[in-house]
Amino acid sequence: MEKILITLNINDKPCEVMVYPNDTLLEVLRDELDLTGSKESCGEGVCGSCTIHMDDKPVRSCLTLAMEATGTKIKTVEGLAKGDELSSLQQSFVDHGAVQCGFCTPGMLMSADALLKINSKPDEKTVRKAIAGNICRCTGYTKIVKAVAHAGNSQDHCPDCITFSKAKE
Amino acid sequence: MKAFKYLSPKTVEEAIAFHGQHSETSKFIGGGTDVIVKLKEGWMEPDFLISLKKIEEMSELHKNEATQELSIGAMVTHATLEKSLMIQNDYPIIYDAVSNIGSLQVRNVGTIGGNLINAVPSADGAIPLIALDGVALLHGPDGERSCDVKDIFVAPYKTILKPGEILKKIAIPPQASNTGSAYIKFGRRAAMELPLIGIGVLLTLDETKEICIKARICLGVAAPVPMRAFGAEKLLVGKKINEEILIEAGKIAADESKVRDSVRGKAWHRKEMIRVHVRRIGLKCLEIIKNNS
Repeated sequence: MEKILITLNINDKPCEVMVYPNDTLLEVLRDELDLTGSKESCGEGVCGSCTIHMDDKPVRSCLTLAMEATGTKIKTVEGLAKGDELSSLQQSFVDHGAVQCGFCTPGMLMSADALLKINSKPDEKTVRKAIAGNICRCTGYTKIVKAVAHAGNSQDHCPDCITFSKAKE
Repeated sequence: MKAFKYLSPKTVEEAIAFHGQHSETSKFIGGGTDVIVKLKEGWMEPDFLISLKKIEEMSELHKNEATQELSIGAMVTHATLEKSLMIQNDYPIIYDAVSNIGSLQVRNVGTIGGNLINAVPSADGAIPLIALDGVALLHGPDGERSCDVKDIFVAPYKTILKPGEILKKIAIPPQASNTGSAYIKFGRRAAMELPLIGIGVLLTLDETKEICIKARICLGVAAPVPMRAFGAEKLLVGKKINEEILIEAGKIAADESKVRDSVRGKAWHRKEMIRVHVRRIGLKCLEIIKNNS
């Protein structure tokens, strides 16, 4: 089978790439374009570690054929930061200790980023629903949920977390 | 994944013609959330993959204001249905079912037509469409034909679609006033789950809002294919509706089901859950009717 030249719009840049019709978008991102932020874990659409945005909507790149991504706007985890400056969501993950082994993190960030675009102050239930399709095998959900819910705060000591724990006492 | 050629027709006719040229070795793909997995696992090994994504008419969702008929293109995604205010307000049973399929990432891509054609016993999308008396419009090499959504399913993973035939859209007839409908996907956890049992109920009451004039009790995972509990429906029609009679309907529906033991759950548990949820969902339908008037 022959490779075909396609153009993908990734993180606001057009990329020309030769693909096989049976290449998934995830394979092309990682193996052809060296965008290895998106991870492959289950490979069958269950775990969420390959989550990217297609036309601003989170989708599984392991279940998307690269050829079906032509004509769409693709955003990967590499597109969140502006140069060396992390997005407030990424900084919040760092500040809240929401990264353990790190394998689910890119997918979590993409699901959370899509949520924050439509709801900048989500409550806990909304956050949990938005990341329901992402599995963290370290089971570090509590800190991930806080990091997303408090993504507006980039301080070391998150004021919302302080009131959160005070309310519990 | 075995190598294949990828074709992207713009019309249904073109898709059927592509299939006709390579009928033995081609497969259709919709959203792909099931097909890609089958390709990866080698359960499906086509030489030609025909994508239905670029066929615009198959992605249309609209209600005809004159006839009040709802038309759902087979390529309409679960997320599109979930976000539609018209679906949320007028067809809560569809919203209940599609808003809990897979994950958001799957619902953004997976389609209602694919959910039907994949024909798994646990297809959440099938139950509301059966309860709403949905009619499936099929288009194939021999032209168009239609059938009730319930009759699409022959056996697990098997439908009445002939080779080269495409499910184009689902038509939902206008609903009578004083109608309430709801669905519950009963599983062990809230996310990324297949239902242990799926229960959809639709009730239409007369103008006094006391007598049931139409009832649909539809069950998923209760038999090899989605089923209607005809005995339970029959019990309700023409009767004064209250909690006692819904309890009775639940018992009959549980008896009518052909549940079995599986890795996800035992038959006795599934029966119990049918019994319990026919009552609960029935009461929810009455609540919806009350709130809408």
